[in-house]
Amino acid sequence: MNFDFADEAPKLAMLLYGVVAFVAVVGGLLLLLDAVPARLARRREARLAAAVAAGKVIEPGRRRPRDGLFALFFLLPTVLMLGIGLVVPAIRTLVLSFKNGDSTEWVGLRNYGWMFDRPEIVDILVNTALWVLLVPLLATCIGLIYAVLIDRARLEALAKSLIFLPMAISFVGAGIIWKFVYAFRPAEADQIGLLNQVWVWLGGEPQQWLTNSPLNTLLLIVVMIWIQAGFAMVVLSAAIKAIPTDMIEAARIDGVNAWQLFWRITVPGIRPALIVVVVTISIATLKLFDIVRTMTNGNFNTNVIATEMYNQAFRYGQTGQGSALAVVLFVLVIPIVIYQVRNLRRQREV
Amino acid sequence: MAVFARPRQALVIAGALGLAISATACGTGDNDGSGKADSPECAAYQKYQGHGGAEVSIYASIRDAEADLLEQSWEQFAECTGIEIDYEGSGEFEAQLQVRVDGGNAPDIAFVPQPGLLSRFAQAGKLKPASAETKAMAEENYAADWLKYSTVAGQFYGAPLGSNVKSFVWYSPKMFQEQGWTVPTTWDDLIKLSDSAAAGGIKPWCVGIESGDATGWPATDWIEDVLLRTQTPEVYDQWTTHGMPFNDQRVVDAVDRAGTILRNEKYVNGGYGGVKSIATTSFQEGGLPILQGECALHRQASFYANQWPADSRVAEDGDVFAFYFPAIDPSKGKPVLGGGEFTVAFDDRPEVQAVQTYLASGEYANSRAKLGNWVSANRKLDVANVANPIDKLSVEILQDESTVFRFDGSDLMPAAVGAGTFWKEMVSWISGKDTKAALDAIESSWPR
Repeated sequence: MNFDFADEAPKLAMLLYGVVAFVAVVGGLLLLLDAVPARLARRREARLAAAVAAGKVIEPGRRRPRDGLFALFFLLPTVLMLGIGLVVPAIRTLVLSFKNGDSTEWVGLRNYGWMFDRPEIVDILVNTALWVLLVPLLATCIGLIYAVLIDRARLEALAKSLIFLPMAISFVGAGIIWKFVYAFRPAEADQIGLLNQVWVWLGGEPQQWLTNSPLNTLLLIVVMIWIQAGFAMVVLSAAIKAIPTDMIEAARIDGVNAWQLFWRITVPGIRPALIVVVVTISIATLKLFDIVRTMTNGNFNTNVIATEMYNQAFRYGQTGQGSALAVVLFVLVIPIVIYQVRNLRRQREV
Repeated sequence: MAVFARPRQALVIAGALGLAISATACGTGDNDGSGKADSPECAAYQKYQGHGGAEVSIYASIRDAEADLLEQSWEQFAECTGIEIDYEGSGEFEAQLQVRVDGGNAPDIAFVPQPGLLSRFAQAGKLKPASAETKAMAEENYAADWLKYSTVAGQFYGAPLGSNVKSFVWYSPKMFQEQGWTVPTTWDDLIKLSDSAAAGGIKPWCVGIESGDATGWPATDWIEDVLLRTQTPEVYDQWTTHGMPFNDQRVVDAVDRAGTILRNEKYVNGGYGGVKSIATTSFQEGGLPILQGECALHRQASFYANQWPADSRVAEDGDVFAFYFPAIDPSKGKPVLGGGEFTVAFDDRPEVQAVQTYLASGEYANSRAKLGNWVSANRKLDVANVANPIDKLSVEILQDESTVFRFDGSDLMPAAVGAGTFWKEMVSWISGKDTKAALDAIESSWPR
């Protein structure tokens, strides 16, 4: 591989522009977010100080009538963007799901019938169920155990960042990395995949991990857990730190052991955070697309709803069938969202 | 939460960066080449002139080194006519083209390698019919067979551009010489050769069908090539247009015959493991074990010439070369499977039509061929301008009037089958699925 920098100059220049523009825009935004509120705060302080100095009484309720307007001002862009980016497309998808492949004719419920008519639909549903059951559960458990173990340990920050790092990698990047881990070479050749090399050291025959169903789905699930455990760990660790120390001390005085402390104090104490983590990971898992597409593209019985939706709508030109899959996915997410909203509301009432 | 300890310092940095961007943006001057239009080297482009300063966008799946060659190939044209060609290549071409067209952001010209996709856009009324000049140019330079693929409901949409020949088997002339093998010219010889290689401890075939999103396509080429050899071209045409069911017994037989090679543990997969490793071996790496002497044969298109390492010599007496994938019944002629892309337009501005016409011309075909690694069915293409011996062979096959040419079947079928279930079921088939079950699944997915 020889790489001539002079040949690639236009591309490198483009890269440079990109980086510079990114730094300028993001830097500018950060600066704005940093400087403007600080300046406003300073002005308000100055005004208050002047008022106090002048001996005026500051009425806290004076701004009430304008609060509604103020809220609207902040709400409007959000509502507008949600409308354009979420509500309108959702309605359009629903409409398209009742039309044919190129959206020229109404076909009623045919696309939904098609979906449950296909032999591979069982695979898709079973796989999606496996993902939604295993990923939130295992990622949260691993994150929780890790958070408890490293809590107030030496080098806690380092230990945390190690497990949090995978979060910074895109799903596609993670998929490619793990594809190498699962890579296969025949027994007579040198193994380049980590898993197969370990397997061979243990005395096994090299395996084609990604083609052996249903093991391959579990191996893909490992990738998602690898990414999400860091997220769970960070949130849960913060929640654990928020448990009042006097509660823990009181429990200690009552003579609990570590096991009881974990189940009676820590877990109830971080329940809201636990729910948030499980719900967030569940939704992310239902929408899962990139890992499957990068690693197997749904072959070898690893297909999930979102991959199939993309293929139908964008690659095969079957917009109706793709939309129907999207609607089903949407329906599956709704209960989780409702649960989360109710949960938040209950917490606020307490 | 102070991001910058000293906001003023950050402001200065941000400001300086902003200035730097705007300064460099001004650096790229524009030239419409009007000064050159009358020079003698531009004489050939006179009929395309008169659109100075206009811009034409082209979108295709061709990327990297080949895209650079593509851009070089029309440099002279752009300079002489003043038409600026804005080329963009994408690995997600098929999916993104639909998105762009739906979003009202269609390119002016697209190079579509699938007639099936082309007819989908044509039927949706998105494509503009080719101009009379383009049509005349295409009819002059291409065989009627080729024009048929870009004609939908009697309307002609654009000329072919590059082409490839898929009915090739790559081999190592060196290895053949050492083993005393000769290039087989019939199917039976091919099987005999495979058997003797297998008996000598060499897995005769290496195959790879992994290709990211498109995993499975090399296997469909196998099936198509075998079907063309076991049945008549007319049966093949019926199959691609769903005039007969996809899972017809004749197709089942063809797939099973391909299976005698592809699913034969004694025959595959040289250097990569057993039959199942075919599904996870990338098509780019598929044939490389030939260089290590780990396998003898690799059925792949002419464009596979690009995949060999730069220091390997592609020649009849070199490290690698290819022979014609033999016919099963030579008395029925030599069927050839191939592919290619078509230049279609989403806009009918005069400058777009000028570019479309130019790309169909013999001048263009020769200027692109001179840059290397290119084959076209264009009759005006001078074989002397084609450097690579495999490309030469391909051009000769394409230009030979007696060749029974058929387009890659999966590209002719609707995308749901040709780029969907056909690929997917072939992957399952390689992994052990029953032939009939796989073909039944494809048949049931044909869009109604």
